[in-house]
Amino acid sequence: MPDRRKRRLAAAVNWVLFGAAVAVYPFLVPQFWVVNIGAYAVVLGTITLSLTFLAAYGGMVSLAQMSIAGISGYILAVLSPHAATMGGTPPWTLALATALIGGTLGGLLIGLAAVRTQGISLLMITLAIGMIFFYLTQQNTTIFHGFDGFRGVQAPVIFGVSMRQPIVFYFLCILSGVGLYASVCYLVRTPFGLALQGIRDNPRRLMALGFWAGLHQVAAFGVAGFIAAVGGVLSLWYNGGISPGSIGVTAMVNILIIAVIGGLGHPKGAFIGALLFVLVQNFAIDLVSRERFNTLIGLTFLVIVLVSPDGLIGLWGRIRRKTGA
Amino acid sequence: MNRSRLFRVLCFGLFVCTLAAPAFAQTTVRIGAVMTLEGAFTLLGQEAVRAMEMAFEEANYSAGGKRIEWLKESSDGRPDIAVGKARKLIEQDKVDILIGPMSGGEGLAIKEYARSVPEKTFINGFSAAQETTLVNPSPNFFRFNTDGAQWQAGLGNYVYDAKGYRTAAVVAGDYSFGYTQVLGFMTEFCAKGGKVKEKIWVPMGTKDFSSAIARIPDNVDAVYVMFGGADSVNFLTQYYQTGRKTPIIGGSNVTEQTVLSTKGPFQQHIIGVPSAHMVADGIEDAAYKDYVAKYKKRFPDGLAAPSAPFYGYYVATKAALTALGAVGGDLGGNQEKFRQALAKLKLDTPTGPVSLDENRQAIANIFVTEVAQRPDGTLYTKVVKVMQGVNQTLGQPRDAFVARGVPSRDNPSCP
Repeated sequence: MPDRRKRRLAAAVNWVLFGAAVAVYPFLVPQFWVVNIGAYAVVLGTITLSLTFLAAYGGMVSLAQMSIAGISGYILAVLSPHAATMGGTPPWTLALATALIGGTLGGLLIGLAAVRTQGISLLMITLAIGMIFFYLTQQNTTIFHGFDGFRGVQAPVIFGVSMRQPIVFYFLCILSGVGLYASVCYLVRTPFGLALQGIRDNPRRLMALGFWAGLHQVAAFGVAGFIAAVGGVLSLWYNGGISPGSIGVTAMVNILIIAVIGGLGHPKGAFIGALLFVLVQNFAIDLVSRERFNTLIGLTFLVIVLVSPDGLIGLWGRIRRKTGA
Repeated sequence: MNRSRLFRVLCFGLFVCTLAAPAFAQTTVRIGAVMTLEGAFTLLGQEAVRAMEMAFEEANYSAGGKRIEWLKESSDGRPDIAVGKARKLIEQDKVDILIGPMSGGEGLAIKEYARSVPEKTFINGFSAAQETTLVNPSPNFFRFNTDGAQWQAGLGNYVYDAKGYRTAAVVAGDYSFGYTQVLGFMTEFCAKGGKVKEKIWVPMGTKDFSSAIARIPDNVDAVYVMFGGADSVNFLTQYYQTGRKTPIIGGSNVTEQTVLSTKGPFQQHIIGVPSAHMVADGIEDAAYKDYVAKYKKRFPDGLAAPSAPFYGYYVATKAALTALGAVGGDLGGNQEKFRQALAKLKLDTPTGPVSLDENRQAIANIFVTEVAQRPDGTLYTKVVKVMQGVNQTLGQPRDAFVARGVPSRDNPSCP
């Protein structure tokens, strides 16, 4: 019993330390590190969290999570006053709600189409769905503005404070990231989450017990859709716009790369992977010459996956076991 | 305990990285550059690197008594990536002057970003979207290259008068640069009384142009075509394969060296195709020939001749160095003196004089060309007319020009 209490205390201390670190961080570093590294890593981490959730607890690797983020981003862009393609525009709260609901519905629909398959087939189906959405946005000029997409989309102003101000945006990202992370950690301990993991491990057995496997999986896609939708909204505000390039095949694969280097075993891998990804993307060019920096990016990821197949969080555990700490 | 240790290590790592950002001495001026070294425009990005290298070497990496330090960042052509890199150069690497970017969407995005850092100076690299400087310009964003509509100056009149075309159809890429070039062409062509019967917009990424070609009406005198390099080759090949004889008018990229030096049966058909651009292979001036010779000597593994993006980044870098020289390297007072020097600059470039208008947009020469063949069989653009000092409003009053609105699928129109 005292051992358990000790562990709880340690966990609480860790959370407090973590909270203090992220709270102090933006006041100690230049703006570039607040927004372009800090906030952006959380944005990518949030989108990746949706994939890690599906993969870790549902055993389903989906490539379409970036497309779901794109769906909510596009919905919000279309409904934002600056873009104004649909005539009048609703208040931003309504637009935001529509975007989040739209992303969640998108996730559910993709889930409906995809849950009958597993493994590689699931990957291919979600890739195909993502590409369909990519070409739709690129070739439709009336709603999606084609290749050029939307620019100059502004984050809402609440009580006279723009959500896109560096420090405000940073904390907005941190809050939603931590909130979603905690929700995922909670959700996987509920009966629904446990059933989902059971279906991942042995669907037949769970079905014999009376669980409807497909329904659970579609619901998981819906949850992942909501998480990705939040990431999509943040990404839209971060970039100030969206265009087909932001949801193309490179962007889709990047999410998978982040998930893999971070570690598919636990939700926190999504954020750790995203942080490393953003750091390498930004600073590789400073370490090696201009023609070779993409090689360095590739090599970094290759080494991580080679050394530790379960990503950075797995690497951590490995080091700890080796050193006996 | 492991979690807290992990976060501590991470945070510590971040701080070390921040502190490690090198401090810079006052005797140097830091010039940052954003160019496309990945993605579809990689070739253009390499030309941009060469251009800046040549300009810096000519100045011996110094200007106005200060040493020049050059920092490069790569974009892949996407606006959000370009702004991210510009931010990194300005906020993390603390550059004083930023040169770039390469393409239109990036240019618009970086101009918007420039507004938020008024104490720094931005000089455009090669991006050519009209709105960047025409609508709502940023006071610290300078563009020493002409825009996509200016590049077509003289072409509409030339094909109407010299070629006798009265009606045309347009087949062009469905994005902002396509709209801009079509506007440049149609402004003159329609003013003369020419009619553009049909506009066919082809989505980006299209490789099979057969449906677009099938939609071109038969009763037009010419077809105006505007696609990027490799797409131009595909379109022209398929167009001539269908056996169509309607003559072609080329957008700026259609008769570029990257297209002309591609081997294929379309080559024999495109001799005589009229086009216009801010540079041309066949410029006979001594200054231009000297510039080409220098390029070939410095970059034996480069292209056959310096490309348009090379010219863009080269002139931008030259402008920065010349203005730095004029103010003796003084970037104090939020660079106010430096920006005034830039705005007043009269630059002698290999293609003629360049000056800026009140929106800090270039006024420069444009070359109307026709594709011709050299004795050794290679194709080049022969200059048929030089349009002296073309401004952004194509010679029209600014208010009237701006009032006509930004180029789009339906603007302008003269069916």
